[in-house]
Amino acid sequence: MRRADYGVRPDASGSFSKAETLALYESICRSHFFDSQVIDAVKSGLTNYQVYLSLGQEAGPAALAAALPGAQLFTQHRCHGYFIAFGGPPEKLRDELLGRPSGSSGGRAGSNCLQHHDERLAMFGHHGLIGENVPLAVGAAFGNQKKTIAVFGDGSAEEDYIYPSLGFALTHRLPILFVCEDNDLSILTPTSTRRSWEFTQMAKGLGLPVRDLADDPWSVVQAVRELKGELPAVLNIRTCRRQWHVGVGCDGPPEWDRLALVQAELDRLGLGAERQEIERQAQQEMERLWNE
Amino acid sequence: MERVTVADTIRELSREHLEQNGGLLLGQSISAVGWVNNTVPDCQGIVELPMTDVAGAGFAVGAALVGRRPIFVIRFQDFLLLNGSPLINYAAKSKELHGRPAPVFVRAIGADGIGPVHSGVVHSMFMHFPGFKVCSPMTPGEYRSIWQEYLTGDDPMLVSEHRASFQNCNELPDLLIPDADITLYPVSATRFEAVKAAELLAAEGIRCNVVHILWLKPFRVDQRVAHPLLCSGRGLVIDPGYSIAGAAQALAYELSQETGLPVAALGLEDATKCLCQPLQNRLPDAARIAERVRQIVKKGARGAQSTGGGHV
Repeated sequence: MRRADYGVRPDASGSFSKAETLALYESICRSHFFDSQVIDAVKSGLTNYQVYLSLGQEAGPAALAAALPGAQLFTQHRCHGYFIAFGGPPEKLRDELLGRPSGSSGGRAGSNCLQHHDERLAMFGHHGLIGENVPLAVGAAFGNQKKTIAVFGDGSAEEDYIYPSLGFALTHRLPILFVCEDNDLSILTPTSTRRSWEFTQMAKGLGLPVRDLADDPWSVVQAVRELKGELPAVLNIRTCRRQWHVGVGCDGPPEWDRLALVQAELDRLGLGAERQEIERQAQQEMERLWNE
Repeated sequence: MERVTVADTIRELSREHLEQNGGLLLGQSISAVGWVNNTVPDCQGIVELPMTDVAGAGFAVGAALVGRRPIFVIRFQDFLLLNGSPLINYAAKSKELHGRPAPVFVRAIGADGIGPVHSGVVHSMFMHFPGFKVCSPMTPGEYRSIWQEYLTGDDPMLVSEHRASFQNCNELPDLLIPDADITLYPVSATRFEAVKAAELLAAEGIRCNVVHILWLKPFRVDQRVAHPLLCSGRGLVIDPGYSIAGAAQALAYELSQETGLPVAALGLEDATKCLCQPLQNRLPDAARIAERVRQIVKKGARGAQSTGGGHV
């Protein structure tokens, strides 16, 4: 089911304090304006490395960071949003994208293989095989028993090493949340062309708790708060990317524009002035960062 | 004095690692029949993996990333083709890309004569890609030394074991003789065969140095390795893996480049290792090694006396 309100809880935002809601939005905006700057950097020729933008999908990582702060991350290619939302230093990300020695991996890894390790953030990535990070995440969670998030997509969910990763996590009751960012596409091939089965049904069949919903940030936070007491668990977030799979191009408007929907909700909550101020500050922060 | 085998050595080093270092040992069907030829201890830290040959390696690498120094047991080296992806694509690249080492100790066990996908030695695959150290210990002392190398370093390590070594109690010193006709460089289980071949050939008047190869990568053509070749004028590298693009050819090339002398390579024929006796395509045994040496020696010219330096 592909709808902006699929699984979204009516009035989910109502159960959040104003401060929580604004923090969530700030996280979305910082990611949004960071990647907006990346588009400019690519267009101006500042970098010609490949980039995988989180635009359109900012709400998921922001919600996960709000609900599971401090989790160790194992992300895959579309991961700028996680880096920012979980507190990675944006200048390290910028430098990584520019191939500079001061980047988070010394400029050697780039957009899709991002990692960062400091006292705030333990973020591992993949190396370019979709979903390869998922068994790694399971092994790490087994190894140190830390709260862990493994991020993959609806395409990766088909990789043969995903099913046993879910199974091993279940067998050993590991503190891991499997997050499928489901945009219904493997690059441009729709799920229905690739398979007849649902990933969430597979996870349920194993006996894992599952939540399946669109990327409304308040609903995602609620879903994760429900799941975090019964890990391992699976969260399927229906989302849509705004830009191409790789690069800064765009094939027209996405199925839904989550940022605009969140803005409308903030206005409905009477937080219009606050949201504009957050946008202004986030934009300024990221413009300054990229103009240094 | 009690004789300590390679199997005993592996088991007791593993036990110490698991009981005292907080290490892990992961593998499929490791704590059942025979405990992998009696190389796996019965103690804490043993993780029976489900039969999942790609994800299982990923679990081991993930544990390595968070400092558990896992021993990952591959009961038959052929299974490395499936298990190789997380090892080669992730563990091997992590340090260079991110400065985050993933020191996984991969025990890959070679065998022979038990069918097409249980008899392989495929360590050359891990020599090909960057990131892994590759060794093939065949004695208790060698095993202890490579284990120490693993513990004191932070690289992932592919340890090409062989069933033919598990009951071995003896060290294998180099055999160096004056005026040797050729220097043999055997690898893995062919080392036992090369020693026998040297004896066979000695009876015929063909004198062989035997220089044992423990480290495949890095492979250092140091004084110990080069000097006997410089004296004998020609060499032969012997490996239980396939010849074409295999370890023997790779090492022979290095030796030849370093010394300017002809060094040949002997490995498996380019044929499937079938189960039935005549088609097993077994590793080069003493008879086959001796035959190859006779051919080389009969051909006459030593590199030292010829102007060439090529690969014969």
